[in-house]
Amino acid sequence: MFITFLDVVIGGLIMGGIYALIAVGLSLQYGVGRVLNVSHGEFIMLGAFATWSLYTVFGISPLVSLIICGPGLFLIGFLIHRTLFQYLRGTSESIGAFADSSLLASFGLLFIIQNLALLIWKADIRGLSYLNVPVSILGAIFEANRLIALLFAVGISLAFYIFLTRTRLGKAIRAAAEDPATAQVMGVNIRRVLAICFGLGALMAGFAGPLISMIYEMQPTMGLEYTIIAIIVVVLGGLGSITGSLIGGFILGLIGSVVTNFDPGLSLVAYYVIFILLLLVRPTGLLGKS
Amino acid sequence: MRILEGKKVTKHFGGLAALHYVDFDIKQGEVVGLIGPNGAGKTTLFNLISGSLPTTAGEIRYKGKKITGLKPHQICKMGVARTFQSAQLFAGLTVFENALAASLFGKKRSISVPDAEREAMELLEFVELSPVSTILAKDLPVANQKRLEVARALATKPELLLFDEVMAGLNPTEVAQAMELITKIRNTGITLFLIEHVMRAIMNICDRIIVLHHGEKIAEGTPQEIATSRKVVEVYLGE
Amino acid sequence: MDSTRVIYKRPFSLGILFLILILLATMPFYVQPYLVILLSSIFMYVIITLSWTIFSGPTRYISLASAAFFGVGVYTSAILGQALPLPVVIVIGGLVSFILALFIGLLTLRLRGMYFIIFTFGISELIRHFLLWWEANFTGTVGRWVVIVDNTTVYYVMLVIFIMALLTAYLIRRSRFGLALRSIGEYEEAATHIGINATVVKTTAFAISAFFMGLAGAIMATRWTYIDPRIAFDPLFSFMPVLMAIFGGTGQLYGPIFGAAIFAYLEEILITKFPYYYMLLFGTILIIVIMFLPHGLVGLVQKWRKGGSRR
Repeated sequence: MFITFLDVVIGGLIMGGIYALIAVGLSLQYGVGRVLNVSHGEFIMLGAFATWSLYTVFGISPLVSLIICGPGLFLIGFLIHRTLFQYLRGTSESIGAFADSSLLASFGLLFIIQNLALLIWKADIRGLSYLNVPVSILGAIFEANRLIALLFAVGISLAFYIFLTRTRLGKAIRAAAEDPATAQVMGVNIRRVLAICFGLGALMAGFAGPLISMIYEMQPTMGLEYTIIAIIVVVLGGLGSITGSLIGGFILGLIGSVVTNFDPGLSLVAYYVIFILLLLVRPTGLLGKS
Repeated sequence: MRILEGKKVTKHFGGLAALHYVDFDIKQGEVVGLIGPNGAGKTTLFNLISGSLPTTAGEIRYKGKKITGLKPHQICKMGVARTFQSAQLFAGLTVFENALAASLFGKKRSISVPDAEREAMELLEFVELSPVSTILAKDLPVANQKRLEVARALATKPELLLFDEVMAGLNPTEVAQAMELITKIRNTGITLFLIEHVMRAIMNICDRIIVLHHGEKIAEGTPQEIATSRKVVEVYLGE
Repeated sequence: MDSTRVIYKRPFSLGILFLILILLATMPFYVQPYLVILLSSIFMYVIITLSWTIFSGPTRYISLASAAFFGVGVYTSAILGQALPLPVVIVIGGLVSFILALFIGLLTLRLRGMYFIIFTFGISELIRHFLLWWEANFTGTVGRWVVIVDNTTVYYVMLVIFIMALLTAYLIRRSRFGLALRSIGEYEEAATHIGINATVVKTTAFAISAFFMGLAGAIMATRWTYIDPRIAFDPLFSFMPVLMAIFGGTGQLYGPIFGAAIFAYLEEILITKFPYYYMLLFGTILIIVIMFLPHGLVGLVQKWRKGGSRR
């Protein structure tokens, strides 16, 4: 009984950590860059599959892949923003028009990336078996990879939280997220910050991918669901609040773990029920501005 | 008859009090000015009256009926119209369509399309915009955009009209024309509540003036009284 | 300036329209069966795109829920097709979609536009997951067999739905309801201040557009013989109408129709020739269109026209 409880909590924290990462990533891209990046999940998928390839072909551990995929996807995200989205920003007639066209462009990216993945890795379900060794803690048995994933998920989330709240660059990013106009007036090079933020969003995806590959199965079509979850977490935490996304991720992860324990097919439904309740009662989310 | 009254009207944004315990009342047929330094809460007050934003506390009544908590379209149909600081025109529609939309939807009772079209044309003539009725609103010069906003507000057949800095961005000739238009409107019996920074206009047109500062009402009276009030002068010079 | 052109065009274009309709109505009699099937598919895309444009065109609220509404129609057909006559099933498919849209609309359309887009983005996935779970746990059947209907009937039903949707779109455009929608799309706050009840207007248009998608889904289901939630709710159907409408241009009615027709035809060709690449191609085309042709074909036509008659 206690073991099941612990299992659910650990599972919830792992999922929560991953959700927190991907939600923070999406929040950075939307909050600062004003791009609702519906292809976010595809970046996560890329991270997961790249990890799989690195492991099965070169024997590189997923933990090492964190360092490869993270910055790698950061670069790709940065470049995509610098080229595609800044072009759209420059040629859009209004903020609303840019929001629409960037949304649709990211839709295009979704399809391009997913198709590329299907071409490279085919549509099969794949899994990594890494550190599947049982570890005994307090008499209960857990798998090492889950514990390590938990450690890294929570660790990276915390590290990012500290980065955002304690460092100068982090505070500049949060300021730009909450009030881009003022930030620009105060001399922040808004174009670079925007591209960096978009890249940071991809960085988060690049971290989440390997972690996911360690514990869950993956398919090239898995991206959409993660994008939806990231969006729900961002709304839960409050549009525009990055710390809200962090907290919201863990809350949703824990809820998801509890629901999955009862019925695995219902987790997305449960998330959407929460989403609906949010929209009815408090659309601004936990920490969002009223 | 009091056409508009506000009691202890308060609005908080997060921790910031944009308006605090503001009382006011306006009699039918009056022209009342609302002045104050930037950030005093003037547009916020208009937003509360028109229903754009909910009040944090306090009550606003129109012709005796409580309107706090109602949606903007309901308040509009009751007879309150407003213009916006930065013209909120339907940029991609023609001048005529802008007025027509207001004619069709702004009144309590439903109106037929031919009647609405006729009314819209009459209003465009009233504000002297009929020559450009087929031009897209976004292609109008600033002064004409303001006129169109006025026409649109008038098309809803209001008894109370809120003008938010209708003269901002106008040159002296245009200001004089705006003042004429306002007088024309006043003479049709509509009550006017104006936010304005152009002092010359306020002092000349208004029967009474209310002064806001940091979200509070600090003075109220005739233009003469306000012009000579030390409090008001200090507030403006201090900015 | 343009007014003489418009007056001259009206009886001319009505005549052409009539001819085209007669042509379409008599097609099954002298055309190969393969073309009838192809045309039904094209109608499907045209109807979905046209319906999408009824709401998303004037209001500029990008709906990503088309897959949900189409899928609801498909699934309704799968559930009821054995038990009820075809016309009833089709209408019920439309009505269920209508009600779903009312629900979504009243929930999200009173909030800022972003919430609407976000919510509609995941809704088809949600319904799919929910149905999978429901079918697995309560009804025991995942996947249903559909009553087969002959291709000519499918074609004529699609033609009728197309005409209904076109008529509705046209009438709305010219009505005060259409003016309200466009006002909302131009500047929603101002629209509410001139007396427009934005939430009700938006939700109504949204539900009307969902209705036609549901109708189309219910009849198209009969072409697929086997339906399960994954087949019924294909996210592609949320993406396609947006792409087709943008490609065609949303300013005029003919834009989405031609955009969808061209794209549907392209898709048929591409899917058979490059089954593994068509997502890639569509994604690339979408990005190119957004970057270089933001107003679609309609924009091109209007530019070409303006070039002809000096402003």
